[in-house]
Amino acid sequence: MTEILASWAGVTRRYGDVLALDDVSLDVPAGSVVGLLGPNGAGKSTLLSLLLGLRRPDSGTVQLFGGDPRVPANRALLGCTPQETALPPTLKVREVLDFVAGHHRDPIPTARLLDDLGLGEQAGRQTGGLSGGQRRRLSVALALVGRPRLLVLDEPTTGLDVDARHLLWQRVRDFHADGGTVVVTSHYLEEVEALAQRVVVVAAGRVLVDDTLDAVRSRVRQRRVSVRAGALPPLVNVVRADAGDGDRWSLFTDDSDALVRELVHADVPFRDLEVAPASLEEAFLALTSHLPDRHCDRHPDPARRQVTGNRTGARA
Amino acid sequence: MTLVALHTRYVALETIRVPIAVVGTVMFPVLSFLFFVVPFREISGDPVASTAAVSQLGLFAVFSVCLFTFGVGVADDRSTPWDPYVRTLPVGAGPRIVARLLNGVLFALLGLLPLLLTAALLTEASVTPTQALLGLGALAVAGVPLLFMGVAIGYSLPVKAAVPVAQVLLLPLAFGGGLFIPPEGFPAWLDAVSQGLPTRAGRDLIIAGTTDVDLPATALPVLAAWALVAGVLAVRAYRRDEGRRFR
Repeated sequence: MTEILASWAGVTRRYGDVLALDDVSLDVPAGSVVGLLGPNGAGKSTLLSLLLGLRRPDSGTVQLFGGDPRVPANRALLGCTPQETALPPTLKVREVLDFVAGHHRDPIPTARLLDDLGLGEQAGRQTGGLSGGQRRRLSVALALVGRPRLLVLDEPTTGLDVDARHLLWQRVRDFHADGGTVVVTSHYLEEVEALAQRVVVVAAGRVLVDDTLDAVRSRVRQRRVSVRAGALPPLVNVVRADAGDGDRWSLFTDDSDALVRELVHADVPFRDLEVAPASLEEAFLALTSHLPDRHCDRHPDPARRQVTGNRTGARA
Repeated sequence: MTLVALHTRYVALETIRVPIAVVGTVMFPVLSFLFFVVPFREISGDPVASTAAVSQLGLFAVFSVCLFTFGVGVADDRSTPWDPYVRTLPVGAGPRIVARLLNGVLFALLGLLPLLLTAALLTEASVTPTQALLGLGALAVAGVPLLFMGVAIGYSLPVKAAVPVAQVLLLPLAFGGGLFIPPEGFPAWLDAVSQGLPTRAGRDLIIAGTTDVDLPATALPVLAAWALVAGVLAVRAYRRDEGRRFR
């Protein structure tokens, strides 16, 4: 059986009245790359802060290397990146890296790591004078310097240019190829696609989907077919239908070609046909509609269900 | 132990990278001494009065370190996103607190050194080795309530509030406690208020160590009471802060 490096079991966490995590259970086995995907405010950051020992769950247990993440020794093989703006601006690059390296038993020699990440020439500069990309690379160096087994990256490339992003992704892939385990959050599908093998979609504090990248990709690769029409007959190729303004319908489908053919064959008097990729947000909604009833009952949304799936004919 | 050294070095580096802040803390006591004590022969020419003046300003140096290094410094730390990052490293709260304490002692000593040198060279102030040790010991004891005061401010206020609060506390408590002007010149009502201040009690304790002046009976109880009150506030602020950060 594979060793579990990180786990959340029945974890609930509130901020005042807001339920940030609602009975979440999740395991991260050694050697895997898990992408946490979800819109802002979905609970991704809360999941991570619990894992990093920054917060306590209200109920449930969080384990890191089999122990409480709030015990310092259990964080010895954890590597995570600070926010880009968090680096102490008056300290030099070398000093910040040496400081973090000093917490670890067998750190990577810091000069070598800086060279590796293309920061060798910046070693003597204060971090406040670095460019955004250089700061991000230093953040990654801080995460890697302790030779971690588990790397936790929170929105690692937000705001980075394409080159810097690909460089960082390569670094993470190398880390994984050497046997490392990675948890990465993002609200970019592309980023999760580039790194993860397993995707966990989080929304409204719950795990909606926990599946392989391919399975999730096929589900969020939905298209939105938009038409104007008075009433619609039941359509087999529609996963979910939303009534928009006036007589505008948004039909979400796994196969837009088949749906258009179906509309034509059914002789639906539609106008203004548009086909577009579903946005990530729309894809998340589509995933929500796939949930078993047990989940839907806890977040009832009658308005949405009225126009869901094969009920499209209801509006006459 | 190595973690304490690491964090001490880190805090010190961060502090000295803004040299003007260090210069202010280190130089203010000795400058006050040069302006307000040395030119006045009736004080600087008198062994007891000048020793008392050095003692007072020594406490002032410690007081300003407590309020600024601990009060403003801690508030500043809490406001940066670097702090939560450091808390993900394999290190507990202990080494970080000890490191800050050591830095406080270090910068207080840096403030004392020029003051003691100036006093020895330019005034009649003098102490026996025993008196010097007693004075330093008394200084450490007198610093306890002031340290708690700084910690309480640092953990309960955001940095923008901590700076004015530290400033508002520093001058009245320093003046009222007789750290600038000897309280012998105070009107009776002010002297009565002064006796109840931690700065005055601390000052009297140090002077009782460095000179032959007697220790007023109120000094130790007053210090203990302030240490207790400020200590409770500090612990509560620290706990509440953890609670808030964990939200």
